[in-house]
Amino acid sequence: MFETLSDRLQGVFQRLRGRGKLTEADVDAALREVRLALLEADVNFRVVRGFLKALRERAVGAEVMENLTPGQQVIKIVHEELIHLLGEPVPLTLSGSPPHVIMLVGLQGSGKTTAAGKLALALRKQGQRCLLAAADIYRPAAVDQLETIGKQIDVPVHAMGTKAQPTTIANTAIERAKRERLGTVIVDTAGRLQIDAEMMAEIHEIAEAISPQEVLLVADAMTGQEAVNVAQAFHEQVPLTGLILTKTDGDARGGAALSVRSVTGIPIRFLGSGEKIEPLDPFYPDRLASRILGMGDVLSLIERAEETIDAEQAAEIEKKIRTASFTLEDFVDQLQQIKKMGSLGQVLEMVPGMSQYMRNPAMSAAMDERQFARVEAIIYSMTLAERRNPAIIDGSRRRRIAAGSGTTPAEVNQLLSSFRQMQTLMKSLASGKIPKNLMRLFG
Amino acid sequence: MKQFKQIFGGKSLEESVEKSRGGAFSALRDLFRPGVQLDEDFWEELEATLIMADVGPYLAVELIESARERIANSNLDSAADAHDLIEELLVAQLGADSAEMLSVQPLTVILMVGVNGAGKTTMTAKLAQWLKEQGHTCLLAAADTFRAAAIDQLRVWAERIDVPIIAQQPGSDPGAVVFDAIDSALARNASHLIVDTAGRLHTKANLMDELRKVQRIAANRVGAAAIETLLVIDAITGQNALNQAKVFRDSIPVTGVVLTKLDSTARGGSVFSIARELQLPIKLVGTGEQLNDMDAFDGQRFVRALLNESVPT
Repeated sequence: MFETLSDRLQGVFQRLRGRGKLTEADVDAALREVRLALLEADVNFRVVRGFLKALRERAVGAEVMENLTPGQQVIKIVHEELIHLLGEPVPLTLSGSPPHVIMLVGLQGSGKTTAAGKLALALRKQGQRCLLAAADIYRPAAVDQLETIGKQIDVPVHAMGTKAQPTTIANTAIERAKRERLGTVIVDTAGRLQIDAEMMAEIHEIAEAISPQEVLLVADAMTGQEAVNVAQAFHEQVPLTGLILTKTDGDARGGAALSVRSVTGIPIRFLGSGEKIEPLDPFYPDRLASRILGMGDVLSLIERAEETIDAEQAAEIEKKIRTASFTLEDFVDQLQQIKKMGSLGQVLEMVPGMSQYMRNPAMSAAMDERQFARVEAIIYSMTLAERRNPAIIDGSRRRRIAAGSGTTPAEVNQLLSSFRQMQTLMKSLASGKIPKNLMRLFG
Repeated sequence: MKQFKQIFGGKSLEESVEKSRGGAFSALRDLFRPGVQLDEDFWEELEATLIMADVGPYLAVELIESARERIANSNLDSAADAHDLIEELLVAQLGADSAEMLSVQPLTVILMVGVNGAGKTTMTAKLAQWLKEQGHTCLLAAADTFRAAAIDQLRVWAERIDVPIIAQQPGSDPGAVVFDAIDSALARNASHLIVDTAGRLHTKANLMDELRKVQRIAANRVGAAAIETLLVIDAITGQNALNQAKVFRDSIPVTGVVLTKLDSTARGGSVFSIARELQLPIKLVGTGEQLNDMDAFDGQRFVRALLNESVPT
């Protein structure tokens, strides 16, 4: 399950190293893996079919570049094509006389109300003042939810309770924005199923009445194969102008974004992550392509690390890793930092090439969160001198540490040897490559 | 529980499925139409059907391989035979079909857990309504103290179905809410306490810790055997559903899965790998927006509804 496409392709091409050109047989073998990877990422079946056809034409006969293996060459082509398909980020159209009107539509639970707040913040960063319009009169307390969000982020909310019609709410919001000189109105509509004729007629009506510059479909990154039908149906009712992909802080690969883009042609505008009302994230095609392919997402890893890890401390650690002067003291600090970022396994998943090592039982046992507490106890039972220079730990020190931490000398030993292995791994990560014999280190 | 619909009178699974698929898919032809040859095209179409139902590429391929093998080693050759065989294989993935809801004396605590937007709060209300109609005395606990207005949302439902609700201030500790709610439920002699927890992505370690704490508090008060923990999964979820289920199950003892929003065109095929790989029973399905649009999960009916979906030509 956690096998990445690059790992699988490596398997396919193991015997094919050093060939000049990609043959049909090479490409077909590779494309089978690409197909599975895309389907597992929830890219729609038909979209995958079309994509592979185009890909095959491009890949057969392609030169394998000098410094690449055939597998890497295929990945490179797939990645480029995916980036191409995902399209460039397109800024919102906020031209003409204000107020500009943005309407958010989507299924129930896709995250529209949260996205509305986050969009207001993203626009505020661009110097826009927004008004949020609470046009979801159906879901209990949806209006309260938007009002609460508005208060949290200090953005005005136009609410008329649940008795007024959504069209009236949207229209009066626009009037109010004119009066109060607010540049943009964001209309939060109720979630609806794309097959609910009555409710779909309603958004059509709202759109007719307020002629929004932008109608953004809000879709959950976890959406499966149905994403195409949903997008198509909404697009027929109200011409969509863009997509917001939400809940990208989960581990879903987000293939739905590619499906939506393929069937509607609308640009992907923003990514939403996290429940806290923070600005929506910009969309980067290369990162999303890597994520869909399951190639690891180093950039996101770096970003998440930046969010949670103190920059000065990180620079310090980085230097230590580079110069191989990383001590057990730093190690326990790192454990604390990583805990803040999420589970260790999850963090390592984002490192390309690490996923195959994560499947090794010894490795995953070592990454067990519950071990954290024990590891910390052991390290805290060491003297500062021992933490800085574990080489001085002899039999008697080992017994003392074990007694102090409620563990056994064998466990202390195990930690020390894991730490030595980790130092080796860090040296190689720092030099930009993962050693071939890593498997043995953890085996 | 088996004859849910008769008791409950809401939309059944078939009705909601029929409603959602009649229009948009009417132009599509039936995969198992009489006279169809069991040739490569047939198997490819079947694979497409399964994958587009979110069964997942690996499981789809595996199922088709075993179906083909069994067909080859038998004298079966009609579309109807193939249908029955595939149906049997799919039903078998779902495991035993005895997913009764837990009911213990004096109090059963039902924890509703899942990712954001899966439909926990609505399902909490539906379940309360159903228990009430069964003659049970029910209490709701608003343990989603995080999402803006989540408490208000549950309060509106509680008023509509006339069931008492225990809630504290937004931002308060969900563990404390559950602790108080259990006291309150015991004091009122309620038979069931339904706890609506906050949506949380399974990748958030701190939020999963919080959930563990809530579960532990409930287990300390009523015993782990009195807790039904239902993982709520949106039928539209793709392959990530298995990851979700795995992490939730590893964090707390999940006792069953609820598949919501099955009135959409989504077919909820992600539950096959959940049932098979994690041995979690699928207990309930949500089939619409009305309070009584809920049904007991029935593997065979679910599989039939999924297969009777046609495939584009």
